[in-house]
Amino acid sequence: MTNPIVADSAEASEAALSSVDLTSSGFDSTQARRQSLVILKRFMRHRAAMVSLAIFVLLFLIAFVGGALWKYSYTYEDTTGGGRYLPPSGQHPFGTDALAADNMAQVLRGTQFSLLIALVVAFLATTLGVVLGAIAGFYRGWVDSLVSRFTDLVLVIPPVVLAGVLSRNAIGGGGSNWYLIAIYLGITSWMSVCRVIRGMVLSLREKEFVEAARALGGSAPRLIFRHILPNTLDVIIVNATIAVSQAVLAEAALSFIGLGVHPPDTSLGLLIEKNQNEISLHPWLFWFPFVFIVLISLSVNFIGDGLRDAFDPRQKRVRA
Amino acid sequence: MFRYIVRRVLISIPVLVLASFLCFCLVTAMGDPLGEWKTTKPRTPDAVAAEEHVIGYDKPFFPRYGNWAVNFVEGNWNRDVTPGSDLAPVKKTLGSALWVTVKLVLIAELIAIIIGVIIGVIGAVRQYSVFDYSITGIAFTLFSMPLFCIAIMLKAGGIQFNNWLSSIGADRWITTAGPPPGGFSGGIGHLIFQYTGAYLLPVLCLLAIEFALYARFQRGSMLDVLNADYVRTAQAKGLSQARVTLRHAFRNALIPVVTVASLNVGALFSGAVITETVFDWQGMGVVIVKAVENVEPWMVLGWLMVTAVFIIVFNLIADIIYAFLDPRIRLD
Amino acid sequence: MNARHRPNDSADTIVGTIDPDSGALGGSAYATEGGDLLVVDDLSVGFGTEDGIVRAVRNVSFALKPRQVLGIVGESGSGKSVSSMAILGLLPKTARVTGSIRFRGEELVGRSYNEMRKVRGNGIAMIFQDPMTSLNPVFTVGWQLAEAYRAHHSVSKKAAWAKAIESLELVGIPQPDRRAAQYPHEFSGGMRQRVMIAMAIINDPELIIADEPTTALDVTVQAQILETLLRIRDETNAAVIMITHDLGVVAGMVDRVQVMYGGTVVETGDVHEVFAAPRMPYTVGLLGSMPNPALIGKRLTPIQGAPPSLMNLPSGCPFAPRCPLVVDVCHESEPPLTDTDRRDHLVRCHRWSDLAMIDQPTLLFAHDEIGVVENPAALTVANPDLPVAEDLLDVERRIAAAESTSDTRPATSTEERTS
Repeated sequence: MTNPIVADSAEASEAALSSVDLTSSGFDSTQARRQSLVILKRFMRHRAAMVSLAIFVLLFLIAFVGGALWKYSYTYEDTTGGGRYLPPSGQHPFGTDALAADNMAQVLRGTQFSLLIALVVAFLATTLGVVLGAIAGFYRGWVDSLVSRFTDLVLVIPPVVLAGVLSRNAIGGGGSNWYLIAIYLGITSWMSVCRVIRGMVLSLREKEFVEAARALGGSAPRLIFRHILPNTLDVIIVNATIAVSQAVLAEAALSFIGLGVHPPDTSLGLLIEKNQNEISLHPWLFWFPFVFIVLISLSVNFIGDGLRDAFDPRQKRVRA
Repeated sequence: MFRYIVRRVLISIPVLVLASFLCFCLVTAMGDPLGEWKTTKPRTPDAVAAEEHVIGYDKPFFPRYGNWAVNFVEGNWNRDVTPGSDLAPVKKTLGSALWVTVKLVLIAELIAIIIGVIIGVIGAVRQYSVFDYSITGIAFTLFSMPLFCIAIMLKAGGIQFNNWLSSIGADRWITTAGPPPGGFSGGIGHLIFQYTGAYLLPVLCLLAIEFALYARFQRGSMLDVLNADYVRTAQAKGLSQARVTLRHAFRNALIPVVTVASLNVGALFSGAVITETVFDWQGMGVVIVKAVENVEPWMVLGWLMVTAVFIIVFNLIADIIYAFLDPRIRLD
Repeated sequence: MNARHRPNDSADTIVGTIDPDSGALGGSAYATEGGDLLVVDDLSVGFGTEDGIVRAVRNVSFALKPRQVLGIVGESGSGKSVSSMAILGLLPKTARVTGSIRFRGEELVGRSYNEMRKVRGNGIAMIFQDPMTSLNPVFTVGWQLAEAYRAHHSVSKKAAWAKAIESLELVGIPQPDRRAAQYPHEFSGGMRQRVMIAMAIINDPELIIADEPTTALDVTVQAQILETLLRIRDETNAAVIMITHDLGVVAGMVDRVQVMYGGTVVETGDVHEVFAAPRMPYTVGLLGSMPNPALIGKRLTPIQGAPPSLMNLPSGCPFAPRCPLVVDVCHESEPPLTDTDRRDHLVRCHRWSDLAMIDQPTLLFAHDEIGVVENPAALTVANPDLPVAEDLLDVERRIAAAESTSDTRPATSTEERTS
């Protein structure tokens, strides 16, 4: 998988710089609240982002509520001998596969896993990246060198392979270890967030309001979590959003090359892998999971874009 | 310049040593390489011990690492360990696989950078034009697409195209299985026909993703630079729009793109792994997937080390280009 | 470079340039329109944004004679930089420029990029505020200078390089031939600003616009750069528009001064005249905010409040919310730029005549920190048409009170300030 975070980190750090200007002026909580209202308003004006948010919520509901209510279980197979490779119909809206299993049940189940994994990965990667980046940027010196060199070190291993090698021991044992895959993906994708946050903290720690808090005897954790990190919140949120769409794609790629989720667990990547040769003869088996992956990743990317614009209106279009 | 390169290579050595240890930990975490062999049939403890001795797994963790490291430096990279497999030698396997992958990756990357940079610049200069909206939209969509889906679609399209060529009586052009290990043979025209047929789809596939990355990034970088004070100075001198854009802005806008390119090599390799899997190329991708599936410690370790060296070399080249573009960076 | 030298004494210079006959002295071939080199007529600049139109410049008019030095003074956001960028057509595409800018009698507003090229760098050169970011980091200084020369002269690269070295020498850069081959990051801030000046004069322009040329520099370097600018002005005989928020800079080197506030000109006149007898409360406030050796040990009298948002300008005078002499009419209508009791001294104020009667006007801005006046606005009368006596009585009472408790003395004479 190519890594859009690389592209986004520069834009994100740029957004970060502007947010420093916005928020460094003071810690007035009413002002902060008013500002978050303004950001919310700007986000709601971003039509693509709002549509995407609706789609994302809908996907979530379809996957979890729909998956639970749907008449076929994802384990259902028509053992009577008929019903294989049925095209989409009222009975099987997404058709059936080689084992006469209902494709819609499978896709919903796969979407559930893909979403779960993506959220866990995004949460883990963001938390790790923010904490490590904040520590490196705040303490500087050898701590910074240690974290930065470690980041460089991890970056010499291609991300999908890194997660794949780690996931090897999650295979077997019944295979119901989707959360292990999520954890492995999470601990191998924190590097770009870490770098961005480190850079921001490096400059924020020199700001007057941090000096003031330090002069008042604030402890290091208090300085980091109460005073510095809230000023990076916009970057963290935007990066976390990107991390979700990244994780959907990374998980799918991992499962596709056979190093990720294994049956009986399923995911959209695994479904596509299973059905990759059906694209011409039984296209529904390929296109339905494909559309779900793209919808998730596209909608999350649009939400991220909308958030970025809302946090940083400077980059927004000016009506001449 | 020469001294800088030597120094950088020397700095890379501790990085590689640390990376090798990290990779060794990863490989150990994969599990027991004999795990499956042990479960397929009941094995006597003696047989297990003998097999463990053969693959070097009778030693504890640290001596095993030391043993591997000494051998690796001496050029003895060991072989596959799974009993009953073809026991492929690591060095030879990786040598041929790396060559296959490097050709694919470099071709795709080069084209991607050139096209991406050109399109990004045009997008930035004509900001908010139809062209700009189209490329931003396409890049955005490509970003949200799983690479393997693009590969599968391209493959299906290639087969259709071949069928159509057959139906009009022409030779089948697109190869969906990768070039044979020994390369193609035949006349020069036939060679070109075969190689383009083999490379077209995998290159297009990597290109689709990479081009989107560079176009997006170049556009953003160019937009930043076009708002820079020195661009305004250049305009105030009375220079033509073309000169301001191509001489003053472009040169500066390339600098961050070089950084992205160097940061992106790892991801590019990941992309190659997936592309090769779909198109069945006997490159690094197929090797690593097979090695991880079979829990082959030495093959995986060798693979990780070769890739690490490749990524470090690529970063070094990027740094040299960076210093060449930006006089503020001093190499010595 | 033009070898003609002008008298160094600035007071003489002022007389020379303001004199209508000065056109003959310069003998400029382009000086049409009664000898004016640059005529800005009713210039307005607006920026469309998501939230509305930002009216950065409103109805600005002024004229500049050859070799005249005009100072434009104001706080940030007063429109001074935007109007200078409008002259060179360097505003972003979102800017809407109306009105007229005529240079050597030729209209500049509405010109295309390529039509503007002939003027840029050649007829009008610009020195920007931040020398750290105004030079391209990836080209040598000599290359950038030579490029500026070759943009308007068909000469060989070698000749242009020689010209670059020559102009570096002119602005006082030591070892110019060696320095020309260096990159901007190898220069200090002051040296970079000298390079920018060298770039501005390399084509021997008739007008140099210096947009806050010393703001980003250390104080000691500021003086050197100003000295260089003064010398260059004398040596090249170019007219200069000096944009600054630093009244000290204005006092030291300009002939005419133009004070801007809220995107428009609020006071304009001869520099000594405006400093000695300001007729707009804002100018008074600016003068009182300026640190001055004569005021050592005294308090400054800053203007309270903040400049207006250019998006939602108040309906009346933009300074009304901060003005100590404000009356109802100030909130109702924005006054036109009108003549005052002084020659060639215009002001945009309903109450300039009342101000003229106050002896030490900077004390108007004395506020409760000093413990004298709690609400200056409350001390003024409602109707300006009424006899001012009562109103002024109040003001004078205040001033007397202020003098009794604080020794703050207004800085009104330029002689004290300029050293």
